[in-house]
Amino acid sequence: MGLFTMPSLGSDMEAGTLAEWLVKPGDHVSRGDVVAVVETQKGAIEIECFEAGIVDELRAEVGAEVPVGAPLALILAPGEERPVESAPELPTPHRLASRPVSPPPPQGSGSIAASPAARVRARELGIELAGLSGSGPGGAILLADVAPPAPIVPPGPVAATPGPRATAQTEMRRAIAAAMTRAKREIPHFYLSATMDVQPARDWLDARNAGRPPDGRLLLGALFVRAVVLAAQKVPVMNGHYRDDAFHPASGVNVGVAVALRGGGLVAPALIAADRLDLAGTMAGMRDLVMRARAGRLRGSEMSEGTMTVSSLGETGAEAMAGVIFPPQVALVGIGAPQLRPWVVAGEIVPRQVVTVTVSADHRVSDGRQAARFLATFEQQIATPEGL
Amino acid sequence: MTETDMRRAFIDALVGVAPDIDPGSLGEDEHIQRDLGLDSMDVLNLVASLHDRLGIDIPEADYPQIATLALAVPYLQAAGASGQG
Repeated sequence: MGLFTMPSLGSDMEAGTLAEWLVKPGDHVSRGDVVAVVETQKGAIEIECFEAGIVDELRAEVGAEVPVGAPLALILAPGEERPVESAPELPTPHRLASRPVSPPPPQGSGSIAASPAARVRARELGIELAGLSGSGPGGAILLADVAPPAPIVPPGPVAATPGPRATAQTEMRRAIAAAMTRAKREIPHFYLSATMDVQPARDWLDARNAGRPPDGRLLLGALFVRAVVLAAQKVPVMNGHYRDDAFHPASGVNVGVAVALRGGGLVAPALIAADRLDLAGTMAGMRDLVMRARAGRLRGSEMSEGTMTVSSLGETGAEAMAGVIFPPQVALVGIGAPQLRPWVVAGEIVPRQVVTVTVSADHRVSDGRQAARFLATFEQQIATPEGL
Repeated sequence: MTETDMRRAFIDALVGVAPDIDPGSLGEDEHIQRDLGLDSMDVLNLVASLHDRLGIDIPEADYPQIATLALAVPYLQAAGASGQG
């Protein structure tokens, strides 16, 4: 164990603003525990630690902008001594240590949408969130909306950087621009599409959902994500990362689900280990991801460990999309909205719900043949929904 | 429940799903998907929230009947009165 540093939460992230500590010196942490909240261009992200230990020292102040790789905290294994060349002390460790650790905000109804950093700042300044107007996605109140800016922290290992801040919306747009520009510059995209009959899936879904309470119902989007996961297992060259001039296939499938945020922008958090979820588990996981994407409570691993991405246009709207791959991933599946079309089934022309699925793939890693196999596998899966 | 109660319950559930919606300026005939931009996951969460709040289970086939405030209030009142609640 040792220094816990600011993780990279996206291919073009340079720094994040520490919004909240959820641990204090002396706390025991386990692998996967959420220890801090960091505000990024893509909203507030919960940061997990990856090893067990005891928090020895917090090295970054709430409100500080911390570069990727810079220390956030010192976490020691049980019995481990603090290294003697330890970095300079924080200017105000006791104030940090005694800061009350606030629980995650309640999800769902009634609560005011605000980023954790904005909540912390408002609490420090004694400002009611209800009296503020938000500039963030969905009108959420962001750090920049809570005036005045934080007092300047005395110089230390990491200093806060107050000053004019772009609105979160602008930041989100910049993050998307950076990632997508890099994708189009570096990834030789190619695209294959297939239009397929989803009437069997739709009928199966209607029958299955009938008589179930809302919490037990499935959406067509969950069937699509499940079919993508199964196809990715069959065609592993679509699932993984391209790094250091080589493709690294992933052992499991962490399927990114593109979520459009109300008010603009989108995020594509990953459903971790989706290959180990059944259909109901996939649906529950997607619902949870969407709710947390809206509330600004996604986790660092969800932002950085996706192995391929699904972008679905929903149940109404445009019929096809050739999307841009999220680096370092090597494929993205764009799923159009279902359309009612005349279709030939067993020699008869009948009205059917059809969907156009487009795979964007990385030509450094795969060819049309493999992308075609991916589409064929997807089509087989969606034609037999009871097997999902 | 009175019409006012139903109206409030529906608006509360809607704002719970989409906190940026201003309850004060919500139009009677604004469509939750076409005008307010809810996606299918949001609609499911709205229906689940109404189920939790009112005990009224809205089947998928009836989703069009809660598409606007003007449609939803009488639908929910009728569903509540018919003993679903």
